[in-house]
Amino acid sequence: MQTIKAQVKAFVIDNFLMGRRAGDLADDTSFLERSILDSTGFLELIAFLEERFGIQVADEEMIPANLDSLNAIDAYVKRKAAVEACLGDTRK
Amino acid sequence: MSGRHPEIIVAGEKRSVDTRASAPLHIDCEREVRRITARLVEQVVDEFRRRGVVIALSGGVDSSVCAALACKTFGPTRVLALLLPEKESSPQNTDLGREVAGQFGIPCIVQDITPVLEAIGCYALRDQAIRAVFHEYGDDWKNKVVISGGLEGRVHFFKLVVQAPDGRILERRIPHREYLQIVAAQNFKQRARKTIEYFHADRLHYAVLGTPNRLEYDQGFFVKNGDGSADVKPIAHLYKTQIYALARYLGLPEEICASTPTTDTYSLPQGQDEFYFALPYDKMDLALWAHDRDLAPAQAAALMGISERQAAFVYNDIRAKRKAARYLHAGPLLIEDHDQIPNPSASALS
Repeated sequence: MQTIKAQVKAFVIDNFLMGRRAGDLADDTSFLERSILDSTGFLELIAFLEERFGIQVADEEMIPANLDSLNAIDAYVKRKAAVEACLGDTRK
Repeated sequence: MSGRHPEIIVAGEKRSVDTRASAPLHIDCEREVRRITARLVEQVVDEFRRRGVVIALSGGVDSSVCAALACKTFGPTRVLALLLPEKESSPQNTDLGREVAGQFGIPCIVQDITPVLEAIGCYALRDQAIRAVFHEYGDDWKNKVVISGGLEGRVHFFKLVVQAPDGRILERRIPHREYLQIVAAQNFKQRARKTIEYFHADRLHYAVLGTPNRLEYDQGFFVKNGDGSADVKPIAHLYKTQIYALARYLGLPEEICASTPTTDTYSLPQGQDEFYFALPYDKMDLALWAHDRDLAPAQAAALMGISERQAAFVYNDIRAKRKAARYLHAGPLLIEDHDQIPNPSASALS
């Protein structure tokens, strides 16, 4: 199974770069600084994260620190999944 | 509210108004009107060979000031004012537009564009997207879209606010597909209006006068091929604060001089700062002014009365919007330059 980072990278390359400039996208590349995503792009990215990883991105979590690079997203999704798994355990 | 009415100078005499926040945006109204009217006649008559101008009046301060300037430039008989309301626009704004046309003796045509918008699917397509977010949304409900995130340094997102007939207000973040469809459908309004403006411009051999202020023009607060389309834009270099000063100088109705800018596009009342800008216009004017003069966020913050951290976020927002506006400003790009026809957009996206 692909890692979170690989899945997001494939989505970004396919959806925002039309399959080009894949080499430009390092794990720490800022989507904002490199103009890879604009505000509509972030909304699209959030929809992808919610659908693919089954998480709910809260309004206050929509910050560059969570979403502006593959590394940031990887860490954020892992954190969210851990919290939601924990909540799931508590509910059992 | 500080900053709304800057200090103005009329015939060399200073008229004292609240200037604390807006001091950098002082304007000599008399000189500015002279400069605009001189340039406007050169552009319309000498460059475009047109015999007058068509202007759509919204009842707001920008289009009202433009109407007054057009009247000073060409005389009332060479200006045509259009009032183009639809079922969701404010009747009060139409009345104000009519009042301005009347004040300057400008011929005025009123056309309700609701049937045009119904025929093209504006309301149905928009409501389809709204119902994907709020299943219970009915034909008698009201709606608006509000922006969130900019002042807190978050990624921008939009919330859909709907109001049920019993007054209940519901609010939810809009998924991107629905957001794009709502905005695309709403844009029919500006594009339908522009089609009608050009009909009258063509039949009279007039130019179309666009009414954006500096903030709107710079930050891309317009619809491409809608209100963004025009032959001349005589106030696009002026901050909104300065346009309010001109409104007073030109003697526009008090209701317009003291108004708060709205979009008048959605069925619920909506301020421009709710939909697009991070701050109210007077602070955004100062933010843009400070940003373009390379003032540090701390200096800008003092000017605007916000925190340094917020000023830094607003600066980021200004840069992001300016970048996004490049597409809106650009004309069609060519694969290669045409030898005989210069392409003004050739470098717009480079």
